[in-house]
Amino acid sequence: MNQEIEAIKNQALAAIDQATSLDELKEVKIAHVGDRSPIARANQSLGQAPSEQRAELGKLIGTARSTINQRFDARERFLVAERDSRVLLEERVDVTLPTARRPVGALHPLTILSHEISDLFVGLGYTVQEGPELESSWLNFDALNIPADHPARTMQDTFFIEPVDSGLVMRTHTSPVQVRTMLENEPPIYVICPGRTYRADELDATHTPVFNQVEGLVVDKGITMAHLKGTLDHFAAKIFGPDVTTRIRPSFFPFTEPSAEVDFFYNGRWVEWGGCGMVNPKVLQACGINSEVYSGFAFGMGLERTLMVRHGITDMHDIVEGDVRFSRQFGLGTR
Amino acid sequence: MKLPLSWLAEYVTLPKKVSLDQIVEGFVKVGFEVEGVENPADNIQGALVIGQVVSIEELTEFKKPIRYVALNCGEKSLRYIVCGATNFKEKDFVVVAMPGAVLPGGFSIAVRETYGKTSNGMICSARELGLGDDQSGIMVLDPKNAKPGADAKAILGVDDPVIDIAVNPDRGYAMSIRGAARELAMALNLEFKDVNSKALISKLEKKKKSGKPIPALISDPSGASRIYLRSLVDVDPLRPTPEWMAHRLVQCGMRSISLAVDITNYVMLELGQPLHAFDAAKIQGSLRVQRAAKYKEFVTLDNVKRKLNSEDLVIADDKKVLALAGTMGGLDSEVSEFTAGIALEAAHFTPMAVAQNSRRHILSSEASRRFERGVDPDLAETASARAALLLIELSGAKYIGTSKKTTAIKNRTASFSTSQISELLGCSYTDKEVQLALTKIGCKLRKSGKKWIASIPSWRPDLNNMPDFAEEVARYFGYQRIPSVLPNVKPAKSGISGLTPMQQRKRGMALQLAARGLVEVHNYPFVSAKQMELFAFTGDRAKTFRIANPMSEEMPFLRTHLTPGLLATAARNLARGEKSIALFETGLVFRNTEKLTPAGDIPTAKKPTAAQVKKIYESVPKQAVHIAGVIAGDFEQAGWWGSGRSAEWTDALNVVSELISSTGNRFTVHNVELAPWHPGRCAEFQVNGKAVAHAGEIHPRIVSELALPHRTVAFALVMDALPFTEPVKAVPVVTLPAAIQDISLFVPQEVSAQQVKEALVQGAGELLESIQLFDRYQKPGEKQVSLAFTMVFRASDRTLTSNEVSALRTAAGEQAVKSCRAVLRT
Repeated sequence: MNQEIEAIKNQALAAIDQATSLDELKEVKIAHVGDRSPIARANQSLGQAPSEQRAELGKLIGTARSTINQRFDARERFLVAERDSRVLLEERVDVTLPTARRPVGALHPLTILSHEISDLFVGLGYTVQEGPELESSWLNFDALNIPADHPARTMQDTFFIEPVDSGLVMRTHTSPVQVRTMLENEPPIYVICPGRTYRADELDATHTPVFNQVEGLVVDKGITMAHLKGTLDHFAAKIFGPDVTTRIRPSFFPFTEPSAEVDFFYNGRWVEWGGCGMVNPKVLQACGINSEVYSGFAFGMGLERTLMVRHGITDMHDIVEGDVRFSRQFGLGTR
Repeated sequence: MKLPLSWLAEYVTLPKKVSLDQIVEGFVKVGFEVEGVENPADNIQGALVIGQVVSIEELTEFKKPIRYVALNCGEKSLRYIVCGATNFKEKDFVVVAMPGAVLPGGFSIAVRETYGKTSNGMICSARELGLGDDQSGIMVLDPKNAKPGADAKAILGVDDPVIDIAVNPDRGYAMSIRGAARELAMALNLEFKDVNSKALISKLEKKKKSGKPIPALISDPSGASRIYLRSLVDVDPLRPTPEWMAHRLVQCGMRSISLAVDITNYVMLELGQPLHAFDAAKIQGSLRVQRAAKYKEFVTLDNVKRKLNSEDLVIADDKKVLALAGTMGGLDSEVSEFTAGIALEAAHFTPMAVAQNSRRHILSSEASRRFERGVDPDLAETASARAALLLIELSGAKYIGTSKKTTAIKNRTASFSTSQISELLGCSYTDKEVQLALTKIGCKLRKSGKKWIASIPSWRPDLNNMPDFAEEVARYFGYQRIPSVLPNVKPAKSGISGLTPMQQRKRGMALQLAARGLVEVHNYPFVSAKQMELFAFTGDRAKTFRIANPMSEEMPFLRTHLTPGLLATAARNLARGEKSIALFETGLVFRNTEKLTPAGDIPTAKKPTAAQVKKIYESVPKQAVHIAGVIAGDFEQAGWWGSGRSAEWTDALNVVSELISSTGNRFTVHNVELAPWHPGRCAEFQVNGKAVAHAGEIHPRIVSELALPHRTVAFALVMDALPFTEPVKAVPVVTLPAAIQDISLFVPQEVSAQQVKEALVQGAGELLESIQLFDRYQKPGEKQVSLAFTMVFRASDRTLTSNEVSALRTAAGEQAVKSCRAVLRT
């Protein structure tokens, strides 16, 4: 009887091992594992065995059955895994196929640049100030030491709003935001003012009647022209790279004294970047800041020009026309 | 200001070792941008010699006059040249371009056969040599300096670089050779050779003949502080302007007109004082500076009849206006070929008066530009003496005396210390350095304790307070001496640090839209009447501002909404080949909805009062920040996966929902009719009952007019109408199981899904965790809609029993029946 069971077990194990597919294994299961298999039948006939052998025989059958089941499970796991790997391989796809169903969005590069500049100055401890584009001429001109008949007003081709005696203009620079900031706040003032500005220039490769500026204003005790230079150097290095050098040279603006133009040396040439200077005491006075106690500096750059130089843009039309092919080159501005 | 180097050299010693590049750098260093350097010699190659006309053979068989000219060019034999000009005669000296020469514009001269003769070169006009626009023909040279065969370039002054500098409005004195030379001397540490005023004036007085000069008066001292009127007689009006003078005028960008006018212009360019020569015979009585007052009209010498403003500053005689003071002379009193007597006027007009003249008549002249920027009040006497001497010398005139009205020139002083200057510049200067720099620009300095008392030169009205002098010191020693130091930034008293919530919102929304596939654009805010009409804006959005001087008369209005610009840009992209387009823009809109009062004249000498500031602020209209977008064509593209999906109204609404939700605000949505949207497909988003955004399909009329894809959609959100929410109070996450219940109901079609949802929420009570519409069906032709919602219930403290949940569902349904006329489906 022992040998008989041993033989049943061996036959079953051999059949399990020989099954090469899950279908074969299914048949093996019926033949060697299921309720009608020899081992099951042996178990069923246990009752007919002599009672003194019954316990031992039962143990023997149980062990054999367990061995068969374990072998079956192992074989089944193996065959399932084998089938899975084959089938999933057949399900392989070409991952180089295009996937973009949604259009590709982008920020305008001027927005990206403006964010970058704001972040750089916020990092230094400045705040960012904004103001209206349709502005009072008092804030745009008078408070900045540009009286009505001053030739400096003709330096800027201003858009006037009808009726002309409304005293409203499209701001020619973001400086009225500086004036508002000084009227509303006591020093210390460390701000930058990015925004849209307007001058009646025809659109061409390098000009646009609607453009963007970023201006900086600092008013505090003991502010010097050296601080202006230090700030410009820091600004230029962050925007154009650490090796970029700047220079300032004398110029004239009604709202600063001394005044300067700032250039930076880039790709082997000096590039005009913007205007700057020490805030004219007359401007501080008009804004109620004691010029005996406080001094300040201000600077202003064109964002379009900065963008054009840094990214090698040669035609202003690309910046203003809103062609998606242009802006998409810049993505969301993250690097 | 164009500066011929040869002329500069008369006022500043220029050693040979100083190169042109150094001169250019010198001007830049002291604050004059160099806009260009031109030297006609750079454009001329080969030999240019002086030839004397020996004989002229007129060739008459051609349609136009042609001459065959024999010239002595200092060669062994005569040189024969064919020439088409006729303004020269035998013995005249002319300029000959020899074969092999190349003239400006790449014009090569060669020996050539023409009109049956051989032409061995070319006789040149001023124009061909790049020396100006004179088209009167061949240049005929002054015989005094001419020698056949000599290099013509030297005589013509062809080899004379002209440096064009930009003069800022505060430096009127530099709008002259003399003033620029002073700056150059300072920049390069060279010797400045000033004009000797005393010598000039006494030289003129020695030449004075007897006669009665025309009287001069100043009737309005607010318009002029001094006038010198020098009378000259026996002028020979036919004497030509000498070549050297005409050439310099051309070099400086002016034209040679007549000797008397040329002399006034020449002296203006040289010294900076505008002068005017009147025909003395045209002056009745005396000449006076006054306001136009009763005079209504006047013809300026550009032959334009000008309506006078009573405030215009003019020069008049006893009967009529002779000139617009400091701006332009009159046609009637202009010197002519019959002029025998000249009244030479030099005055110091108030900058403001001339600026207003110039502005009122939109007339900017060489004279007005100088007066506006401030002319040295001490210059009128010297400059008029210089011009009178030139008239005597060049026109044979006799000087018979001067009428003048002068007020004393105030000696202006300022006080400051070396340490104040050093502190402002952030750089140390010594007393000696300050003294050196300021002496160079013409100040006289003396010390009073630690302070300097500076006597300000009469030509520097721009020097007033300490920073003005600091700039002069910094300029003299170069701005590069100032070190570079980052300031220690101190926090603002307002407590704001970093970006404001509004700035963060703008960024956040722009990033969301870009990440969703929309491309940001920056449109000009100008719109046309046609666009306003097409978009059919009503209410506040129809009220716009007009620019008085727009770039284009077609687009004079400011936008009241972002959609006109967005749709135009979308159309442009589509016209350029894009198949679908999704754009957005953030920007201000301008609505003329408030009653605005101009702030009026508010002085700037001190801080305006709170009331004045309020007035200024209130004179400016509120300008809301909008963010808007347009989606046209496929919002999901077609591809190998199959067809695309066209943008539809839900896309626009979904964008707005997400933008509002991202701020933590809760909103409701309502059907509204609002241009420029489709009247049945426009949603209004409300927060706290106030409209904050609109979205939907653009009106088909606009879509078709702009040739946009069918069912183009758009949205617009008013960023500053959206409240800033309080910090989120977090609700704990419950992990007990949820009970899910579906509910289906019929409602009349005019009941909105939102109303049904609100009713269900209300009826279900607090244990309702979420609710979502999962099905909507309306049989064609039926007036009721079937809606199906999934409701998720959860309690934080127990597992809900099925009895509890079905009671909640029933309660929800009952509320919908009650408030939405719903019928429950079973």
